[in-house]
Amino acid sequence: MAEASTVDTHGAQAHDAGHGHHEQSFVSKYIFSTDHKIIAMQYMFTGIVMALIGGYMSYAFRMQLAFPGESVPGYGVVSQGEYNALVTNHGTIMIFWVAMPMLIAAFGNYLIPLMIGADDMVFPRINRLSYQIFLISAIILIASFFVPGGGFGGAWTSYPPLSANAEYNLTPLGATFWLVAVALEFVAFLLGGINFITTLMNARAPGMKMHDIPMVLWMIIIASILFMASVGPLIAGAVMLFMDQVVGTGYFDPDRGGDPVLWQHLFWFFGHPEVYVVLLPAMGIVAEIICTFSRKKLFNYKLILYTAFATGIISFFVWAHHQFVAGIDPRMANVFTITTLIISIPIAEMLFLYIATLYGGSIRLTTPMLWALSFIAEFLIGGITGIFLGASGSDIYFHDTYFVLAHFHYTFFPIAIIGFFAGITYWFPKMFGRMMNETLGKIHFWGTIISFNFIFIPLFILGAAGQHRRIYNFQNFPDLAGMQDLRVIATTALLVMLAFQAFFLFNFVYSLFKGKPAGKNPWKANTLEWTADSPPPHGNWPELPNCYRGPYEYSVPGREDDYWPQDVPPDTAPAE
Amino acid sequence: MIQTIYDFIKGIFEPLGDYLIASSVPVASSFASDIDALIALVAVFVGFWALLAYAAFFFLIFRFRARDGQRAQYVTGEEKDLKRWITYPHAAIILCDLVIVFMAIMVWYDIKQRLPEADSTVRIVAQQWAWNFVHPGPDNELDTEDDINSFNEMHVQVGTTYHYELISKDVLHDFSVPVFRLKQDAIPGRVMRGWFRPTQAGEYDIQCAEMCGIGHGIMGARIIIETPEEHAAWMSQGSAGKLASR
Amino acid sequence: MSMTRPIATTRSATGIPTGKLAVWWVVGSEIVIFGGLLASYIMHRLGHPEWAEYASHTNTWFGGANTFVLLTSSLFAVLAHHAAAHGDGKTAAKWLLGTCAGGLIFLCIKAVEWTGEIQHGYTITSNGFWSFYYTAAGLHALHVIAGCIIMLIIAKDAWNGKELHRVELIGIYWHFVDIVWIFLFPLLYIAK
Repeated sequence: MAEASTVDTHGAQAHDAGHGHHEQSFVSKYIFSTDHKIIAMQYMFTGIVMALIGGYMSYAFRMQLAFPGESVPGYGVVSQGEYNALVTNHGTIMIFWVAMPMLIAAFGNYLIPLMIGADDMVFPRINRLSYQIFLISAIILIASFFVPGGGFGGAWTSYPPLSANAEYNLTPLGATFWLVAVALEFVAFLLGGINFITTLMNARAPGMKMHDIPMVLWMIIIASILFMASVGPLIAGAVMLFMDQVVGTGYFDPDRGGDPVLWQHLFWFFGHPEVYVVLLPAMGIVAEIICTFSRKKLFNYKLILYTAFATGIISFFVWAHHQFVAGIDPRMANVFTITTLIISIPIAEMLFLYIATLYGGSIRLTTPMLWALSFIAEFLIGGITGIFLGASGSDIYFHDTYFVLAHFHYTFFPIAIIGFFAGITYWFPKMFGRMMNETLGKIHFWGTIISFNFIFIPLFILGAAGQHRRIYNFQNFPDLAGMQDLRVIATTALLVMLAFQAFFLFNFVYSLFKGKPAGKNPWKANTLEWTADSPPPHGNWPELPNCYRGPYEYSVPGREDDYWPQDVPPDTAPAE
Repeated sequence: MIQTIYDFIKGIFEPLGDYLIASSVPVASSFASDIDALIALVAVFVGFWALLAYAAFFFLIFRFRARDGQRAQYVTGEEKDLKRWITYPHAAIILCDLVIVFMAIMVWYDIKQRLPEADSTVRIVAQQWAWNFVHPGPDNELDTEDDINSFNEMHVQVGTTYHYELISKDVLHDFSVPVFRLKQDAIPGRVMRGWFRPTQAGEYDIQCAEMCGIGHGIMGARIIIETPEEHAAWMSQGSAGKLASR
Repeated sequence: MSMTRPIATTRSATGIPTGKLAVWWVVGSEIVIFGGLLASYIMHRLGHPEWAEYASHTNTWFGGANTFVLLTSSLFAVLAHHAAAHGDGKTAAKWLLGTCAGGLIFLCIKAVEWTGEIQHGYTITSNGFWSFYYTAAGLHALHVIAGCIIMLIIAKDAWNGKELHRVELIGIYWHFVDIVWIFLFPLLYIAK
């Protein structure tokens, strides 16, 4: 693709040189900012708060499962209806208000301008608007717990007729608040996507060609495009469901010619690409960290990019593997088995390419690197257990069991939680100008990862034994009642994991104020964000950088340093 | 010919399937062991690749840990001899996937696409939040005088091939019998049909496998698989003695 | 807070103006939204032959008139772009006002049409066809309203000679709104 590099008519000078200096009030600097870094922080902190709420919910329902009927400390007794609302909103919050904002909106907003050598996003006010709509959506979601009738409990998939009809779900207000919140979140991310695509495509530093773009940015862009191209039918479906709930139409009411299964198609046509929308940015973050801490180029950058595109495209053709037993034409199930197995191929290849990047490296196991490597190790389990579900024959047994639940936690937890910790421990020095404490970081890492596995391996076993989802008390089922020990182990491990997060929270807050000053480039990395001050000022650089090479020129033979930042002009003299 | 290949492959994995699944959930239908064998096959294939990947992963981390004075190599990943480590597994995985797809389609076809001739038909009515079962009674016909209705308790006979008619009165439910390895969503406004043949007597759980509201967790039922004698005895009691509740 | 435009906004590594990329992104996402809604409608329509009878009560004359109005307004948008491309902000603004007027006429015709239909008892909850009819056309009308509002803001700037490149961008959006109607018209009015 021919690229016209633009001539910056005002040169790459400080862009506030022309509008004079004035002190901004706290409110306009932090609350109504249009600076991409502040907006990124806003998304990140909102995501952290929502993660605490979602985590609290999982605490409550896992306590109920391990000790049925007993009062949960800090919550009370979990009723049947509350149990359903807790699991519904835990899932909804974690995907839409934790994974997406932290991985895409927070890291995307923070990194894109910095990594391409720009002073901000191309449309800062649209950026601010996207956060404001996002915040409103979060508030509406939380409000849904406090409306008469309580929070929506129809599962994060919200299948009608249950979700459409108040007589069935008994939480009509909660259901509508939930739906409006999700729809607004979609709008916020569509708006955010405007900035991502235009800024990355157009606002790159002079000299930065397509293959000089850091992999994390490619991943975020592909994810944005995937989101944009897949969410439309669900927005249409949400409008239809809203109409059913509020106006009394019968889109999904079989008694009036409607079709409940239509919702499922609209939902999963989005729902499946959505998992790659969150996966790809996490993989991108992991790529950056692995390269920096093994001092190596990404193994076959172009091939990784190809697998990302292939995954994205194929993801539009696999959705009905969520609906094998849902009443679709049985012949179609075979088609979706084939496509689902096909999509496992580029993903596997991507993971292999990441592992291959370690070959010949000089690997330092810093906290970010531990997180990045654990992503690969844990996601691998998530990926392979997906095969059992993508194969229609075995899915008949595993559908709606805890096997599915364990599978998607072995994918989502690495994506949302490990991906977040990897990114935040890596870019904290840049964001806040200080280093996090390595010892605390490692304690937090090991405590989290080990306990994570002890939560979900029991759940695989329970799922294989036929335990179904969204059931508040397994003592009701004679064949399952005896496996209570496994449930207690899982809950205990969750308590341990939640306790270990204190190390992170303390480390985070402490390092903000007392961490060792970081300097510009504590990790000796190549990408452009490490050439700005830590933290970067408004406008990021006094003079915007140019780009002279790819992002992963580590350990170049014949050079004294084992890294070669993108903004350093080529040598005029021969290398030593 | 296709069936022979299927049977051969199934035979290899059936013992492992028994170990993995049947050890905790009995095999009580004619197709349960097919599903178990498929699960075992997938487990072996993905397990193999996972172990390989983990071995490479941990080996490389150890082998190339940072050491003083040693620099990393400059590797683009386009080198032919290195790229082979990716492209060969890539091709091998595709072959594994073909086997999995073949076996999965065979199992799926048998359970969900075909309907063998029925010895008997039973109607399953799902609603918020209980199951009603309509058994055809001694005349073996539904919707006749001697039908036997029961509440949260399904009675079937070992060795009999059943068709089921699954309906919902309100929202989506799902009739799930783990010991059969069978599951089917119930959709209001439609009659879902399928089949099963019980192969082992006993009393087992029926679960609802689709979120259906506040009572989803109390929507368990029981399936009573009876020998022909037991089943005849149960049928002779007629509808009067059948309102068993849980 | 004062807003100077970031340098990033002025760059164009691809050669395509940034604003155009943004509008195409918006149009792309809207295509998928309307695409999903209309695909659902078509699937239902194919499965419900009785809907043809319900659809026979839509008024093809109103629909046709609205099609003509929107197409004309799109023509005005093209003329506005043409003027803006030559730097003539005032003419561009006038044509944009004309486009807007077309949008308003469209909405008035729709209001009259819907009033009649509702009085005849064809409401959004009457049956599946009418649900889709009002939802699809209603969603479209919301986009017409939004487009008009944005267009007025751009017209005001253009009148003062500012941000003339935005005339083309709102034109692209307006053409999209027009094209959605070009799909709605046969699906809701002609297929009987």
